[in-house]
Amino acid sequence: MKITLTLNRKRRTVDVSPLERLLDTLRGALGLTGTKEGCGEGECGACTVLLDGKPVNSCLVPTAQCSGAAITTIEGLAPRGKLHKLQRAFLECGGAQCGICTPGMILAASALPDRPTREQIRTGLAGNLCRCTGYEKIYDAVGVALGTKK
Amino acid sequence: MKCVGKNVLRAEGEDKVTGRAKYIDDLSFPGMIYGHTVRSSVARGRILSVARDPAFDWGGFTLVDHRAIPPGGRNIVAMIVEDQPFLAVDEVRHREEPILLIAHADPERLAEAVAHIEVHYAPEPAVLDLEHATTVLKELTISKGDLEQGFAQADRVVEGSYFTGAQEQLYIEPNGVIAVPGVDGKSITVYGSMQCPYYVQRALRLLLGLDETQVRVVQTTTGGGFGGKEEYPSILAGHAALLACAAGRPVKMVYDRLEDLVATTKRHPARIRHRTGVQRDGTLVAMEIEVDLDGGAYVTLSPVVLSRASIHATGPYRAPHVRVRGRVLQTNTPPTGAFRGFGAPQSQFGIELHMDRIAEELGIDPVALRQKNLYASGDVTATGQRLDGSVSAHEVLERALQRHVKKKRPKKKDGLLRGTGVATFFHGSGFTGGGEVKLASRAGIELTPRNVRLLVGSTEIGQGTRTMHAQIVADTLAIPYEWVETADPDTARVPDSGPTVASRTCMVVGRILQRAALDLQQALGPYRTPDEFRRRSRKLLAKRPALQFIAQYDRPGDIRWDDATYQGDAYGAYAWGCNIADVEVDPITYQARCTRLTAVIDIGKAIHPLLACGQIEGGSLQAVGWALYEEVVMRDGRMANGQLTNYIIPTTLDTPEILVELVENPYPHGPFGAKGVGECPVDGPAAAILNAIRQATGVRLNAIPATPEKIMQAMDAR
Amino acid sequence: MKSPVRQFELLRPRTLREALTMLHNESGLVPLAGGTDLLVLMNAGTLPRGTHRFLDLWGLDELRSIRRTLIGRRPQLVFGALTTFTDCISSRTVLRDLPILAQAAREVGGPQIQNRGTLGGNIGNASPAADSLPVLRAADTELVLSSVAGERRIPLADYFTGYRTSVRRSDELITAIEVLVPPGKQSFRKVGTRAAQAISKVVLAAIGKRIALGSVAPTVVRATSVERYLAAGGSEFETARELLTDDIHPIDDIRSTAAYRLRVAQNLLGQLPTFQR
Repeated sequence: MKITLTLNRKRRTVDVSPLERLLDTLRGALGLTGTKEGCGEGECGACTVLLDGKPVNSCLVPTAQCSGAAITTIEGLAPRGKLHKLQRAFLECGGAQCGICTPGMILAASALPDRPTREQIRTGLAGNLCRCTGYEKIYDAVGVALGTKK
Repeated sequence: MKCVGKNVLRAEGEDKVTGRAKYIDDLSFPGMIYGHTVRSSVARGRILSVARDPAFDWGGFTLVDHRAIPPGGRNIVAMIVEDQPFLAVDEVRHREEPILLIAHADPERLAEAVAHIEVHYAPEPAVLDLEHATTVLKELTISKGDLEQGFAQADRVVEGSYFTGAQEQLYIEPNGVIAVPGVDGKSITVYGSMQCPYYVQRALRLLLGLDETQVRVVQTTTGGGFGGKEEYPSILAGHAALLACAAGRPVKMVYDRLEDLVATTKRHPARIRHRTGVQRDGTLVAMEIEVDLDGGAYVTLSPVVLSRASIHATGPYRAPHVRVRGRVLQTNTPPTGAFRGFGAPQSQFGIELHMDRIAEELGIDPVALRQKNLYASGDVTATGQRLDGSVSAHEVLERALQRHVKKKRPKKKDGLLRGTGVATFFHGSGFTGGGEVKLASRAGIELTPRNVRLLVGSTEIGQGTRTMHAQIVADTLAIPYEWVETADPDTARVPDSGPTVASRTCMVVGRILQRAALDLQQALGPYRTPDEFRRRSRKLLAKRPALQFIAQYDRPGDIRWDDATYQGDAYGAYAWGCNIADVEVDPITYQARCTRLTAVIDIGKAIHPLLACGQIEGGSLQAVGWALYEEVVMRDGRMANGQLTNYIIPTTLDTPEILVELVENPYPHGPFGAKGVGECPVDGPAAAILNAIRQATGVRLNAIPATPEKIMQAMDAR
Repeated sequence: MKSPVRQFELLRPRTLREALTMLHNESGLVPLAGGTDLLVLMNAGTLPRGTHRFLDLWGLDELRSIRRTLIGRRPQLVFGALTTFTDCISSRTVLRDLPILAQAAREVGGPQIQNRGTLGGNIGNASPAADSLPVLRAADTELVLSSVAGERRIPLADYFTGYRTSVRRSDELITAIEVLVPPGKQSFRKVGTRAAQAISKVVLAAIGKRIALGSVAPTVVRATSVERYLAAGGSEFETARELLTDDIHPIDDIRSTAAYRLRVAQNLLGQLPTFQR
């Protein structure tokens, strides 16, 4: 079936099979491989994208349900050639190690309120698993980017 | 301009934060098809038949079993002992053992086809856990002094047994490779998520009967390894290569999470027994230690895991009379394998719990007992290694005590039981004993008119290899960090720098790169500024496009090791560490939570302090998971909780505040004084946490993970 | 292995009416809301045999609302079936009248799951470990089941017939959840495998002296014997603790043990204000 959605601020129409996952449509027909698959169970959060501004696990979302919706992936977070403040902070603060959880983590963080407390950061990122960092440097990065005082 | 010790930007960081970095599943090749593995459904048995449903349309499928291995090739996974096949022939020794491979252009059709394949077995009795295992795959003994004499000097003998469970590495990117057959039909290229491209190359050469010019292995951006991508990718690469050769097309095999969990390696479950002679004042006089590891169905790397486990089994403590007997036992479960720490976390969990038990029996403070026995410069280890220089056991403990106490919080009245526990530990950097000499690793530098390019087989798996190596070379050459780039780990381009394991990438490989840089410097002649470096480089290059300077591992100084007697200098240098853990136990739910973890570790020199701290924080959290949450539930020889929803690793809300302090007590033969860092952080937290639970609840647990169910049982038994 | 996606069909009604007609006319349609349960099964290849046609409810905005009325002096909250956990967390009405539902919602998965998981789905999926169910069961909850023939109201107490089974007919849809909030102090505690992204081992919700538990029986249950004892004026925890063993039937599984679940359920019971005097 044909689905029209707004992907990273551009209107796109894709032909998908009815229960195709948003994750597969993004990585396949739409050619954006920045969104990763870590488990296919909605546990690890590596496939997190923003659906109408809210973080969701794209491995659990049928593309067909995104008709008319706005999707933001890691590729669309900042204008081409620029880094979003979260991306810069993850780079500078050591928030990315192996990098596989990073796109999902950054998108989940982008839905946090401004000047979040450390508790808000922890709660907001509770759906994203990272096995490299112990999360400390991720909290630091989010804090720096979104203006949390230490 | 110096960059060592500074937090320069991670070399490949921008690609990772923008999603541009290409992991194996992000890659595609023209004509590529998708492979899948048909695995055994019994723990042990003879294969009677493999039947394909004749009614099913097999057109378009490629099927491969052991008979597809070409003449000149061997059905053996190249490791230490030649016992493990790539594909089962007539017997299976564990659940999920690969039997048959299948590929198709449409990955969705694989599930259908698999449902039409039936394997019949004659099951045989299987040994499913360490408790019932009797077949010894490897045994070793480390002796020092005279144990009987030691016990005769003791005022007390303290005994204890300690158990650790299997643990999954749980890299967030599952194992995956793509095999691309050469047009000549006699060569193959494998791309993949891996730690050790040259291990994979060696395995493929043996499997396919090809030479090193015919097998090319390229590491792609790797989403975590932790040991789980040390030896396992050799098997997966072999499978993809067999399918690719049979189909004449590129074959992608990427495991889904379930397959990765149930079929690939885990940390060795361990049983550690201690019998310790101790004097009234706490002096250790005799240590008798048994280390038993569950190796699973095949030998794989278990002998070397055992070696490291046994050498670290005494912990960082001096004793005049020691005997460590180590064994790997066979079970009919998927082979266990490399996991960050490589046996040392298990054996040091044992000694660190045992030290608290000794302290309790003697009525001595556990910290004081450690202070009395910790290694100092001049002490001699169980293997007869005399420790001098860079011995920081006391210093890390003192600094951890200072750091941790400073942040102490007032007690809350919330009914939670609180305790604090300590663990001190050490970790040998690099391969054990003569390992590095045997590896004879090489790495080097390519000088181009534009820049300096590192040619190194060490892989970036998140730990910061590329960044840290570039810093070492930049400072050695006194040129800007930005002038140094790193070639992709590709066996066709870079020399074999040895595997990316064993906390050796900075200390050992970094040192080789430094020596290559010194060779380059010598060739250039003296220069005072980077610009002068550049001018001289161009002159040296003349019209040549590039010039290579490859150095080889050089045994530093007077390191000696005897593999037959297990005596000598087990490691060139040791990292030293101390953890202090605060734990809360909820008496309503029996859940233990680590709320704060201090880690003070001497790594010689932090080439990149931010990356080094990141290694310690991440390793510490893996150990917290191992201590409290991560349980591989086995049913009939198969992991029964093979989902991320049921194999529990810590989320942000389960994670303690982690306080890291680096100690820099330099090792003269490491680059800028650096020692290993990657594995050491995993050695201490589990014991510190269990010692804290003991203090909080009064119950002594001797096994991890300390799940609420186990804590409840222990509290009931009080 | 992941189920081949090609075999699946998705019917996409634009209105509730159309959805009910489709359910009436076609057999074997599985209602699909936020997908947080069904797509997990699809990805694991463990959907029940014969499940390959789905009815997409996500677009039915008429099922997205939280309304509050008063019945006598008791507040009644009416949730459209597509109310997400995030909606529950951010609803002032819920926070005021049924704060334990917001608390339960905050402990479902992580933010990503809360943004997609729905109350209707949590009930429809019929897992005994569903986090919202003990809260709804501790209140007076009726489910509105709609079909082309009309609506019927079923008390949540009568809805489940066993492990993952219910009285819902295949032509019916859960369209609303009507929760009459009894007076009394509310409490909620989920004991899961970890602090987030956790499946519960034991859940206990209480409103006044009405006590419901999850993950300790084939369906969510009320602690009937305990409640009867309390209603009769009993207040000894030791007695209540023993009575609870009649009300719940926990099992061993890969996540926990029966013994642990029983004991923790008893301990949670002991934490209720009734026993904390």
